[in-house]
Amino acid sequence: MADIPVQAFTPVTTEHRHFRAVLIGISVFFMVILLFAPLATIFATALSDGWKAAAEGISSPDALSAIRLTLTVAAIAVPLNIIFGIAAAWAIAKFDFRGKAFLITLIDLPFSVSPVVAGLALVLLFGSHGAFGTWLIAHDLKIVFAFPGILLATLFITFPFVARELIPVMIEQGRAEEEAALTLGASGWRVFRSVTLPNIRWALLYGVLLANARAMGEFGAVAVISGKIRGETTTMPIMIEMLYNEYLSVAAFSLASLLAALALVTLALKSLLEWRFAGQLAATRRH
Amino acid sequence: MYIDIDELAKEFGTSRALHPVSLSIPAGALVALLGPSGSGKTTLLRILGGLEFPTSGRVLFDGKDATGMSVQERRAGFVFQHYALFRHMTVFENIAFGLRARKRRERPGEAEIGRRVNRLLDLIRLPNIGGRYPSQLSGGQRQRVALARALAIEPRMLLLDEPFGALDAKVRKELRQGLREIHDTTGLTTIFVTHDQEEAMELADLVVVMSMGRIEQIGKPADIRSRPSSDFVRAFTAA
Repeated sequence: MADIPVQAFTPVTTEHRHFRAVLIGISVFFMVILLFAPLATIFATALSDGWKAAAEGISSPDALSAIRLTLTVAAIAVPLNIIFGIAAAWAIAKFDFRGKAFLITLIDLPFSVSPVVAGLALVLLFGSHGAFGTWLIAHDLKIVFAFPGILLATLFITFPFVARELIPVMIEQGRAEEEAALTLGASGWRVFRSVTLPNIRWALLYGVLLANARAMGEFGAVAVISGKIRGETTTMPIMIEMLYNEYLSVAAFSLASLLAALALVTLALKSLLEWRFAGQLAATRRH
Repeated sequence: MYIDIDELAKEFGTSRALHPVSLSIPAGALVALLGPSGSGKTTLLRILGGLEFPTSGRVLFDGKDATGMSVQERRAGFVFQHYALFRHMTVFENIAFGLRARKRRERPGEAEIGRRVNRLLDLIRLPNIGGRYPSQLSGGQRQRVALARALAIEPRMLLLDEPFGALDAKVRKELRQGLREIHDTTGLTTIFVTHDQEEAMELADLVVVMSMGRIEQIGKPADIRSRPSSDFVRAFTAA
């Protein structure tokens, strides 16, 4: 009977202490098994022969070329996807038109199609025996087994990220603020710049980070279309696989560490921005 | 500014939001568009503001055809139902938005913008909230900021969509008085949409009763009360 007053003050949503411990335990267990252990293994294997060996692994000419290629592809694919993502989300959230549902499905397509299939489709379309093959050869344009092909595959795979982040946010915010800005005399471009963009910037940032992570990490589609020409069309993930298959595990894992580190940097960047703009974030979400 | 609405109709796909309606609004009037939801009153208001375009018919401002005029050119001070304040801007920046959006040669200087915003904040009796964000304001305060923002562009008319809809009864009464005062000091032709007959009768000089996309009756509040033109008007205004 003594603990009845205590019970009265615990919030109704609070679960029993043991139940809470079980829930937390399960999450921590899976986090360790699925996230921390693999990540730690990558770094540990990379450093198993010391820092010097690891540094050599990522500074070989082939590895450097892979790093360069990956960063270049991401640097082009991500901005293009920002433009496409904003345009698609804007169209879907702010206008009513025929075929809207179809467009939404189309945006999701890269998520539902296996990347390997996507890569093959691009090879069939742009390869020498493909639909555009003869035209491309006649004009001396190389897409398959070359940089443009890798870029195309990456664009296809990262297509949905920005748009999918933006669509729900833009639908939820509706058109009222944009309409208000128009009645106050603002031009379309000004409305976009000073009303729409500030309202979606956080969703946009998440979308960009996800798209960037995927652009750097994509394997399947790029593997098919790149032809895996060493030092020319190998991106970081493909290079990692090649090194691993050649039993060069230190080199493979040091390159993998670098790729993982790039992902961790983007995550850290995101957390930093969230922390820095916490007040602003809360202000825009309430209201 | 006086407004003439000439056989205005609006269709959304196959549904008719507005049957051809005609209406003359004298300069400086305070007009209520009164009706239940789906009566077409908001559609009519949005057409006047340039946010929708009619399927047929004309709108005339001061006798000049304004049917195809862009929303920016109309300079209609529009107050939205849920205020639509820019959530990422302070109250000051919200009110200054319309001035900053002007073309360079018509744009007032920074000092002048500051003076005008502060004058508007005084007008809505909220002199000290310029630095706050909309999320930090009460419903009644937001409504008044929305009004100040609409007034900042020196509008030719004031259009308000259910301006008191989301507020409690006490605040509603106060703000009604506030709108009346602002209307009387600015002399702006003012049109507001409401489904609350008491609000329309108490505040407006002229009440336009609407139902199912048609105008049922136009008249002074007292006339509509004493001589309703149809059973619908009688039932709706008796509520």
